[in-house]
Amino acid sequence: MTAKKKTIRTIPQQRTPMRERDPRERARGFAEVACGYRPEDALNEAERCLLCPQPACVEGCPVGIDIPGFIRRISEKDYRGAYRVITDTNLMPAICGRVCPQETQCEGVCPVGETLEPVAIGRLERWVGDLAIAEGWTHVPFIEPSGCKVGIVGSGPAGMACAADMAKAGCEVTVYEAFHQPGGVLRYGIPDFRLPNEVIDAEIENLRRLGVSFECNTLVGRLFTIEQMIDEMGFDAVFIGTGAGYPQLLGIPGDSLNGVLSANELLTRCNLMRAREFPDYDTPLPIGRRVAVIGSGNTAMDALRVCLRLGAEKVRCVYRRSRAECPARAEEVGHAEQEGIEFHWLANPVEILGDGNGDVRGLRCIRMELGEPDESGRRRPVPVAGSEFELQTDMVVFAIGTRANPIIGQTSKLKLDRRGYIEADADFATSMAGVYAGGDIVTGAATVIEAMGAGRRAARSMKAYLGIRGAGARGSAATLFGIDLSERNFARIRLARN
Amino acid sequence: MNAHQSSGFEVVAREDFSDLTYSLEIHHPRMARAARPGQFVIVIAHPRGERVPLTIADFDRDKGTVTLVIQAVGKTTREMQRDCRVGSTLYGVAGPMGVPSRLGGVKKVACVGGGLGVAPIFPLARGFKENGAYVIGIVGFRTESLVFWEHKFRACCDELVVCTDDGSTGMRGLVTDAIKLAMDRHPDLGQVVAVGPPVMMKACAEATRPRNIRTVVSVNPIMVDGTGMCGGCRVRVGGETRFACVDGPEFDAHQVDFDDLMSRLRRFTREERLSLERWSRSCRVSEPAEADEALELPDPFDEVKGG
Repeated sequence: MTAKKKTIRTIPQQRTPMRERDPRERARGFAEVACGYRPEDALNEAERCLLCPQPACVEGCPVGIDIPGFIRRISEKDYRGAYRVITDTNLMPAICGRVCPQETQCEGVCPVGETLEPVAIGRLERWVGDLAIAEGWTHVPFIEPSGCKVGIVGSGPAGMACAADMAKAGCEVTVYEAFHQPGGVLRYGIPDFRLPNEVIDAEIENLRRLGVSFECNTLVGRLFTIEQMIDEMGFDAVFIGTGAGYPQLLGIPGDSLNGVLSANELLTRCNLMRAREFPDYDTPLPIGRRVAVIGSGNTAMDALRVCLRLGAEKVRCVYRRSRAECPARAEEVGHAEQEGIEFHWLANPVEILGDGNGDVRGLRCIRMELGEPDESGRRRPVPVAGSEFELQTDMVVFAIGTRANPIIGQTSKLKLDRRGYIEADADFATSMAGVYAGGDIVTGAATVIEAMGAGRRAARSMKAYLGIRGAGARGSAATLFGIDLSERNFARIRLARN
Repeated sequence: MNAHQSSGFEVVAREDFSDLTYSLEIHHPRMARAARPGQFVIVIAHPRGERVPLTIADFDRDKGTVTLVIQAVGKTTREMQRDCRVGSTLYGVAGPMGVPSRLGGVKKVACVGGGLGVAPIFPLARGFKENGAYVIGIVGFRTESLVFWEHKFRACCDELVVCTDDGSTGMRGLVTDAIKLAMDRHPDLGQVVAVGPPVMMKACAEATRPRNIRTVVSVNPIMVDGTGMCGGCRVRVGGETRFACVDGPEFDAHQVDFDDLMSRLRRFTREERLSLERWSRSCRVSEPAEADEALELPDPFDEVKGG
């Protein structure tokens, strides 16, 4: 069928739209907002790819998926082949297709986007991922056992990506998770209407098929330390991907009133603990009639939309900068607006007002204007004198960022940076030989796909450290740091490296 | 989703101290090895359950078990009282959580437990003893029939004072009365550790404040994850916000804002009552009729540690 060479003029000019649930209907439930492509949509959109010989999109993808390769297979109706091409590099297409900010990654550099709208790579990836889940496809590559044992701390995006790569390299991989279910922020943070739990379960099931084992209810640092993993538990290498889930507080008067909570608490109660099904589930989450969410990142958007779905009458977003500086994905802000969220740009909370019984009754804010750019290059918001105003509200959610969780730092000798994040070099190696770290616990809060990218690049370093040759290489390196690898004596190798 | 679970956490022993108070000994060798006095666990009884923090009341490294003492005050703890039997399993037990107590460098210490707080004070008393301190145990109960673990305390305390509100056994009065006696008798008392309902801990802090004796309490705010990622357990200590699950649960009693703690414990009173009522209705068939009488949830002001 590939008779004629495609050009920008011959491809479908319009990006194939994806159906979405009606804003009014969807704002009352947790069903997924974006419905995904139908087969004909996928085929139509796949036609729009020019199949560039030197594809920029592959460069734009943090994990380097062969994008034209999988799109060509969709066009050829070899859907299973498309799935195989994607899963050669990314085991979680149904997740990444949904949560990646493609506009700044693969789609941002798609040449079609210079003239028309870029190819909807994320939607196509998602479509293939969903099809695989529906059809029960798995792709378990041939794995040659390496004899190495790898421990992963944290089952979020970074840990999952690292686990997948280490398992494919033939390692015996154990993932430790403090919660009772794996997935990290995918499970407790991102709500079902953006990423259904079944999708997470299916992708985790794929990891289990690769031989990865998950141990939940395991708080590393307290149940055992990183040092114990290396010295006593027999792990040849450890990856730390514990995230940056330590919420920052407002630090304004009234922030310990009842009805003031972090977005993390709100989302954990709602998503992981299923408080939205209270009292069928035991965890409560009372929602105010009027809610104010402070901050405007992606977490804030999730919190706003969750509150709306839990029955709040009025949900407001309060942000001290203007819309132009809003860090959330444009698509998410758009969705929130469609659903009726009210945005208060250039407003900064100064005090949470109590009702005398320990509950919230209002939020006092001050108007801001943008001044000179600060060190980060963003224009600094400056309060406008005398512009204070009050918002009536009975619930305040702060989504103003997170800091490093202190547990690993408290309980190991790993070197931390000034802000308490784990220090890691360009190869993701920490100050302790054999121990690697990546994702939010190194960089501070970032995106799901950046964490996955970090997990994968850390896996590459770990493989090098363990003396595991890359795919395709034949034979094994006989020595590493002058020590015979057939001994499998990694403690000695660590000593040699130190 | 159950596939992600290890085979569950088995209850290997259970003891009922009273109609409402019971202990569960759970098989968890790794936890038994890691646990230190002052730490707690988060228990989730079944897949639809909530995560509840419970202080580790004992651990046995040889047997590979940890012991929790629980008071049936709400839906989860009453359901566990009904369902947890020797051989049954809990869906999740995570921990040990929190910063362990500092046990060294104290010559003479009073370990004060009130109500259910008596249970978590036990490993502290034993720990101080093992570190060479002179240990004065002070345990308070409402009445004689609620007293438990007296023999365990006798084995590790140099002095033990049992107080009851009604004088039915031991000394008649509150633990604060016993603290005052101990301070009079031991001018060299170096430290007081108190665990119990917030009102009791607050009273203990006030009792030692005039003499400026270092006093430590283990706070019991509402928790979700217990790992520092939600901030639900935040408490005001010395004018600063701290997270009890990762910075505590022990803090300097003279710095803790107990009124704030008690106010925040009321966060979900309405929902807690709703959940308990619904559950009681659903199991009415199997429950004796007088169950209703206990339906009123305790006010956090006299709520005891462990719920």
